[in-house]
Amino acid sequence: MTPSSPLRALRDAVASGECSAVDAVRESLSRIERLDPALGAFLTVAGDRALARAAELDAHRDRWRGAPLLGVPVAVKDNICTCGVRTTAGSRMLERFVPPYDATAVARLERAGAVIVGKTNCDEFGMGSSTENSAFALTRNPWAADRTPGGSSGGSAAAVAADLTPAALGSDTGGSIRQPAAFCGIVGLKPTYGRVSRYGLIAFASSLDQIGPLARTAYDAALVLTVIAGADGADATASSEPVAEFTAALTGELRGVRIGVPRSMLAAGVDAGVLRSFDEALDVLAGRGAELVEIELPHARHAIGVYYLIATAEASSNLARYDGVRYGLRVPPAAAGPGEDADNSLRAMYARTRRAGFGPEVKRRIMLGTYALSAGYYDAYYLKAQRVRTLILRDYDRAFERVDAVAAPTTPSPAFRIGERIHDPLQMYLGDVFTVSAPLAGLPAISVPCGFSAEGLPIGFQLTGRRFDEAMLLRIADAYQRDTTWHERRPPVHA
Amino acid sequence: MPSRFTTADIERVAQLAQLELGPEETEMFTRQLDEFLDYAAEVLAIDTSGIEPTAYVASHPLSDRDDEVRPSLDRAAALANAPDPAPAAGLFRVPRVIG
Repeated sequence: MTPSSPLRALRDAVASGECSAVDAVRESLSRIERLDPALGAFLTVAGDRALARAAELDAHRDRWRGAPLLGVPVAVKDNICTCGVRTTAGSRMLERFVPPYDATAVARLERAGAVIVGKTNCDEFGMGSSTENSAFALTRNPWAADRTPGGSSGGSAAAVAADLTPAALGSDTGGSIRQPAAFCGIVGLKPTYGRVSRYGLIAFASSLDQIGPLARTAYDAALVLTVIAGADGADATASSEPVAEFTAALTGELRGVRIGVPRSMLAAGVDAGVLRSFDEALDVLAGRGAELVEIELPHARHAIGVYYLIATAEASSNLARYDGVRYGLRVPPAAAGPGEDADNSLRAMYARTRRAGFGPEVKRRIMLGTYALSAGYYDAYYLKAQRVRTLILRDYDRAFERVDAVAAPTTPSPAFRIGERIHDPLQMYLGDVFTVSAPLAGLPAISVPCGFSAEGLPIGFQLTGRRFDEAMLLRIADAYQRDTTWHERRPPVHA
Repeated sequence: MPSRFTTADIERVAQLAQLELGPEETEMFTRQLDEFLDYAAEVLAIDTSGIEPTAYVASHPLSDRDDEVRPSLDRAAALANAPDPAPAAGLFRVPRVIG
């Protein structure tokens, strides 16, 4: 029996006429209204638009028969463009930006019958691991108000964990879907690089960025992935690799499946509680017939250094577009003091605009990335990082000759406190130790809830798979959820 | 260990990035970039002779399409988010560059 999946249940209820799409959306909006003031998951709630859209679905039921996400309310991270609905990427730079087009992933959700109810908070331009770098709001972890929800897709994770919506879209560059999913006790999937079109995703690091689903179960994540995956004429990096119906892979069968465990990576720096939950998760998988194999990923310990050199370099280039000319913030010239000439030059406008529009973490990354790409340092930093990226990739290729997936904790510790790491960037970066390798190697990875810490905070484990083999990850995750009930627990904010 | 950065270095990088920094930011980034690069020194020490760089992990087959003209965003929509549009001319207005 597959685990109870709220998205599927709601879709089935709407499809059978047990409830209307308007009922489903109204319930979501009322939970947002009641719970979100304390949670801070949403930056924009598009209530009227969502209800109008749901009414349209109800009015044309015949036309929408069989739609895979019929009437399902979905939240979308605010760095993914929604036509006519403000999209800020958590940045002052885009405080009033209203996209004139939909991201392909958003258009595909709507074509599948889903209803976008709002835009979720995130670290500015996806840069951060706690959602504290949002220029607009603080998101709290639904399990403990003094903890971060993780990041950068913290609003999407909190929304799903508090049952504001049964699923959400996030984006993942170095762990931004998986880490908040782990911190909030839900499932988060980063698809293979190229699996989902990035048209309309506000770019952070183009060789790494990927859109993916957050949901309560692997089954629900599979439903969403099936809808959003596939080639797109608007994104040349979106692969035309065939997209299967991912739920068909969820057989519950793990006999013959080999799962690699990079034990030496876990020797230091991982919380005892996290390690215990991870080992228990491995026992559950073995109990279903999976074979556990010890593997080595010798270069994985360098992944954080490599990631932050490459991601910041790409970010410094991508964020050059915020110049106060075509869209977003522009800071007009400062009034000149007595006897001074105001600098009204174009360059001064750029620099002033970027000073006011970007927050500290974004500036820090632009600085690091610009330095790593600058004359005299390019070979030593950027090119070097790209060469070590090759070594990391080869480690995985070698591992996948022996195993079907690699398992590790998603994070070395459960959710940290708000304010705890925000003034120590390196400390914040080090928490990404288990999540940065998959995007560097272009591989799909999923985080699955596997327990709770002594303080009652969720813990997740991660499975990384072969390129375009999300089906294997979803199958293992679903099999695990058939034997466990972690995903059925509800946080205290759940009233 | 002395910092590899001086204030002047940070200001040079900021200029390359078209960023204006306040004195506190300059001080903070000098320290934090140095800390990160200390940490990343282990990456620089890895022997990568004969190893090709990976710029991105190609996901073949890419979705190429025929190079045919398609409708694009209309001009009014493209200008709608501009901080200083000149809709009649169909242009973005910027501070004077020449003269």
